[in-house]
Amino acid sequence: MINIRTTATSRRLPRTTPAPAALPPAGLAGLDPEWSRLVEVVESDRGGSASGVNHGWHLLDNGPQLDVLGVIPVGTILCVHGNPTWSYLWRGLLSAATDAAQSGAPAWRVIAVDQLDMGFSERSGGSADTAGSDVGVGGAGAAAGAATGRRSAGAARPLARRVQDLGDLTDALDLTGPVITLGHDWGGVVSLGWAVDHPELLAGVMLLNTAVHQPASDPIPAPLRLALGRGVLGTATVATPAFLDTTLSLAHPSLSNEVKRGYRAPYLTSARRGGIGGFVADIPVAPRHESRAELDRIAEAVRALVVPTLLLWGPRDPIFSDRYLDDVVERMPHARVHRFEGAGHLLAEDADYAAAALLWLGDCVMTSPADPALLGESRSRHGDLGKLDQRMGAPGAPPACNSRLEPVVSGDAAAPSSLVELAAEPENPLVELAETAASGSGAAGAAAPSSLVVSRQTRQPAEAAVSAKAAWEAAGTHPLWYYLHELQGSDETALVDMQPAPRTVSWRLLSRRVREIAAGLVFIGVKPGDRVSLLVPPSADLTAVLYACVRIGAIVVVADAGLGLPGLTRAVRGARPDFVIGAAPGLMAARALGWPGRKISTARFPAPMAALLGIEHTLAELTRLGAARLTAGTELPPGPVPSDPAAVLFTSGSTGPAKGVVYTHGQLSAVSNALYLQYGVGVGTGLVAGFAPFALLGPALGARSVTPDMDVTAPKTLTATAVAAAVAAADGDTRGSTVVFLSPAALVNVVATADALTPADHAALAGVQRFLSAGAPISESLLAQAAALMPGATAHTPYGMTEGLLMADITLAGIRDAAASVAMPIADAAAHDDASVAGAATATAKPAGGVCVGRATATTRIRISALDASGASVGELTEEPDVTGEIVVSAPHVKDHYDRLWLTERASRRGAVPGERWHRTGDVGHLDSAGRLWVEGRMPHVIVTAGGVVTPVGPEQRIETLPDVARAAFVGVGPLGTQQQVAVIETVPPARRVHRASASLAEAVRAVVGSPVAAVLVVPGLPTDIRHNSKIDRSRLSRWATGILSGARWTKP
Amino acid sequence: MRVLVTGASGFLGRAVAASISAAGHEVRTFQRRPSGLAGLEDVYGSITTPADTPYAGLAYAVSGMDAVVHLAAKVSLTGDPAEFEAVNVGGTRTVLQAARDAGVSRFVYVSSPSVAHSGASIMGSDALPASPEHARGDYARTKARAELLALAADAPGFSVVAVRPHLVWGPGDTQLIERIVDRARSGRLPLLGHGAALIDTTYVDNAASAIHAALDACERVHGQSYVITNGEPRPVAELLAGICAAANVAAPAWRVPASAARGAGSLIEALWRRRPGTDEPPMTRFLAEQLSTAHWFDQRRTRADLGWAPAVSLDEGFERLAAHYRAGR
Repeated sequence: MINIRTTATSRRLPRTTPAPAALPPAGLAGLDPEWSRLVEVVESDRGGSASGVNHGWHLLDNGPQLDVLGVIPVGTILCVHGNPTWSYLWRGLLSAATDAAQSGAPAWRVIAVDQLDMGFSERSGGSADTAGSDVGVGGAGAAAGAATGRRSAGAARPLARRVQDLGDLTDALDLTGPVITLGHDWGGVVSLGWAVDHPELLAGVMLLNTAVHQPASDPIPAPLRLALGRGVLGTATVATPAFLDTTLSLAHPSLSNEVKRGYRAPYLTSARRGGIGGFVADIPVAPRHESRAELDRIAEAVRALVVPTLLLWGPRDPIFSDRYLDDVVERMPHARVHRFEGAGHLLAEDADYAAAALLWLGDCVMTSPADPALLGESRSRHGDLGKLDQRMGAPGAPPACNSRLEPVVSGDAAAPSSLVELAAEPENPLVELAETAASGSGAAGAAAPSSLVVSRQTRQPAEAAVSAKAAWEAAGTHPLWYYLHELQGSDETALVDMQPAPRTVSWRLLSRRVREIAAGLVFIGVKPGDRVSLLVPPSADLTAVLYACVRIGAIVVVADAGLGLPGLTRAVRGARPDFVIGAAPGLMAARALGWPGRKISTARFPAPMAALLGIEHTLAELTRLGAARLTAGTELPPGPVPSDPAAVLFTSGSTGPAKGVVYTHGQLSAVSNALYLQYGVGVGTGLVAGFAPFALLGPALGARSVTPDMDVTAPKTLTATAVAAAVAAADGDTRGSTVVFLSPAALVNVVATADALTPADHAALAGVQRFLSAGAPISESLLAQAAALMPGATAHTPYGMTEGLLMADITLAGIRDAAASVAMPIADAAAHDDASVAGAATATAKPAGGVCVGRATATTRIRISALDASGASVGELTEEPDVTGEIVVSAPHVKDHYDRLWLTERASRRGAVPGERWHRTGDVGHLDSAGRLWVEGRMPHVIVTAGGVVTPVGPEQRIETLPDVARAAFVGVGPLGTQQQVAVIETVPPARRVHRASASLAEAVRAVVGSPVAAVLVVPGLPTDIRHNSKIDRSRLSRWATGILSGARWTKP
Repeated sequence: MRVLVTGASGFLGRAVAASISAAGHEVRTFQRRPSGLAGLEDVYGSITTPADTPYAGLAYAVSGMDAVVHLAAKVSLTGDPAEFEAVNVGGTRTVLQAARDAGVSRFVYVSSPSVAHSGASIMGSDALPASPEHARGDYARTKARAELLALAADAPGFSVVAVRPHLVWGPGDTQLIERIVDRARSGRLPLLGHGAALIDTTYVDNAASAIHAALDACERVHGQSYVITNGEPRPVAELLAGICAAANVAAPAWRVPASAARGAGSLIEALWRRRPGTDEPPMTRFLAEQLSTAHWFDQRRTRADLGWAPAVSLDEGFERLAAHYRAGR
């Protein structure tokens, strides 16, 4: 659909008054006047010959400041603003780069230009292009009446001209390499145009929200469509500052008035805003637009760029939405991507892009061979990158990065080999998997990147089938669909869905259904690597669809309804599914909230409804289609290899926006293997699945999976009777081999509803071999109560997270042993009278405390990164006992990477052993001398007092030993480093309103805690996470307590 | 070291003089009344008498001294602004001049955290520069100006340091403890708001040892200001309850919304200015703010620079206060 039929030639813009380049006025917020320079540049034509026309440019340049510091830059960052901003956009990078150089880090020269007709560069006004044509007169309302010229004044600099202009400027500046381009908005296109034209200088590409291609079939973004409307363009962009003001209003949070003043400074009158209108008019909305050819040229040429690339994106952009990001990633698959959740079009204002950019450049420089000529003084390299890390909130060494930047002498047209190498570095899974598929080896080689991309696109099925089999054999593990294949002739039960009425599915049926759906998916165009969002509640349908996707190499996206609708929307949008398979509620939400992807329904809807929801197919249709194809002899395509991405799982989002976590097939198989090794779940065992992530793996393990009758979106609806019924169904012929997976909330309700169990139910439960409570810590007493209901079972609680599902495990007996090993001092203390306890507790070192989560599972390694006095986990990874720090894990089944969160990914691997995959959990704890892991809280919840670091769980446990206390949270208030400790308590019986603890309760709390407690507050209920209703939101409590304790109005937390 | 302590008849001044003397230094005191301390040389006089007045006590008191600890000040919630000005600003100027003239090399100015307090909550910040423009009330304003005067006088050979003990209390305190106990006893002590605002205080022995430490560290830390506290903030209601319990009177049981108290404080303050008499108003806006907003400080720099830590905990202080009241004061 092309909404705009007009082209630039039929639009009229108010005239821009010619004006020379000028220096910005003094006093613009954040802008150092020392950066400003004016440069006179001779315009050249495309052939490079001078036209004789001169243009005056204004640009920002920190080069002179670097000279004063006496440092030699390692390279130049060439920054190009978009519309309607100016070089002011990049002020943060200029100051950050100079600061970094000052502190001894690698020095980057930053040159930020004002494009011609923009910022404080020259206003060309009625240039040669428009001479002789009447382009109208300035002022609102005048735009419509003027005659049509060949080009309007504002469009005098179409894209090709602007790319040439930038080249003329860098020639005039005599810019030498290496150069990193950085562009935003349409400046991104101009910067890429320069990049593809200057391979001899180019060493890297950075982009903020931009678009390199506008498919002719897609409408351009609505706001621009509006601005381009007949009669609107001139008024919106030039005659009034509406376009400028609208753009400035896109910042999150809002810009301060002084920053807005900075952005408006060069555009105060309509006479100075011609370039804004010109830029908008230059958007090639139609195939015959004069800038179309240049845009297409650039869009194609970037595919050949092999330099390191960083894409920083603000998803809340009404103009350059994620689909433009997808397009750029598709063209530059080796790019590193970070989406700053919550940030938007003005990413440069919304997020610390400058720190991210310097960090990325630092990683690339750091791994290059020491070269004093390149790095200035080599002594300064390492420590100074650490400083940049601290700015990012992620101190320590960056992960391995094969990227290297090398100085390139201007005029040397051959791309240096190092640039090829760095583009082939294997962090991007698409590149890696393609490479692996082609070579049959798991290791990333140094093949040329262009061939990698080609191999991904042209993989042949037969060849791939062989290499897939070889790859799985080499990996020494089975693919997830192994048992679906092995047991395809078995009439044993594979699945039982207890809800609403028991529905039994044999292996034979499940296997056939999976193949049919897989064939149907292929038929409708689902390709390997396509993302399929599953909005289906746990059920036989979900299992079948999941394995069908897995079988054909489609990547499943699993987001939990527990995220809440806004969180789910962000997650689904960010995961950019190509297809959405959903039940009615999911598809209605998808429709209402505009989630992307082609829609497939698990149920049949009346035609009008299906049309409304945009449903293209139903699952039944897919199955029929697939069955017909299989019957006709069509083979399923070869399955994915272990390094292919298999799934994107979303974190709970309890500590910020939910993050997408990418698992490969090999890693998911490793999760199954870990479950098998730890709990003996395998062929012939039953698996009662009250906890979705593990339950879905039943078919991969060859186990009989039973989904109990419950509202899966509300685990606390699971009753003891429903569990007993599910166990009875799961037992089959092999009674006594069933494993029950539950969430803590479900376990609470199971214990609470135990009275309704019949003798038969009890008998069924008595046959359970093991049960697990997974997802969040639970108390020993609750686990013991549940164990009493399943007297034949071993009770387990695994420790893990979305990024590593099964890292450690402990049994009820293990919990009791662990408690016995440390509980004595506390028990003794509680028995004494209060006065002596106070003395004893302060006199002796208090135990670190924490929840013992057991020992690492068979294939997992656990280490600790010790906290420093400021609460930062900067210690080398260690297995020393009794060192409190961040828990860092490694296992074959740890996640591959975060989805489009390069900074997060980098931070999560910080300090890792090179070549190994470690994950920083964000949990804080310690190992004991018996090798058991104790969790002491979350990293952001660590309290940093003047006297040292305090972790919350130990004090909470001690407070919870008091008879009046049901649950406690221990939080810090005040600035880090001098925080005060505050206890927030749920009492027995619960309080009806917030109040200060009585003198006796406060005294008792202080006595058991053992470190100074400033205040004890009693609340009716502690805030907990949405998903598990058990993890206390200490960050929120800390903010709340800060208010209460500063005299603010009393509210509930 | 020979040390002059001004204002040594006051609650804190007496403790400071005793502490320095106990360390073996030769201590002389200067104030209008006897200090009540045995073994020290008391010189009587007023700091508002111009320094160049012949035979003024101050010139004599400071002669031969190595150091001055200047505590003498007008401390009150209300009063004649001119008197605050004369004692706190004029008096400090006079003492500074006399000290320099006498060749004193160390000068400890005892200030107050209120010199940098604009009325908002303070949660864990370090000492900010004194700000007479923003300080609330005549006392804080004049103390702020005096602190700036003192620090401006810091020079080679004349080391000046400012210390700001926050809410000093202990047995025998007439400024804070007696007021609270008297009001509680007569049922005139309300709780402002919910009484949860975290407030840090200073037990008198800790304040004295900190000032003593500042005297010792003077040449190292000159030109600086330090807030002194116990480093144990508590909800204000707990502090009041602790004091009342020690004095064996009922803790405040009735509650006034903090905003109402501030409004009423302003009004009462205005009325009291027109009203003859020397008694204090039951509530001032300053007091209302003090009792309903958080005031606690970052003590890390203080403790590191002065090489000092409080020796008496809050709870130990309450014990000593209770013992004092039990002994029938």
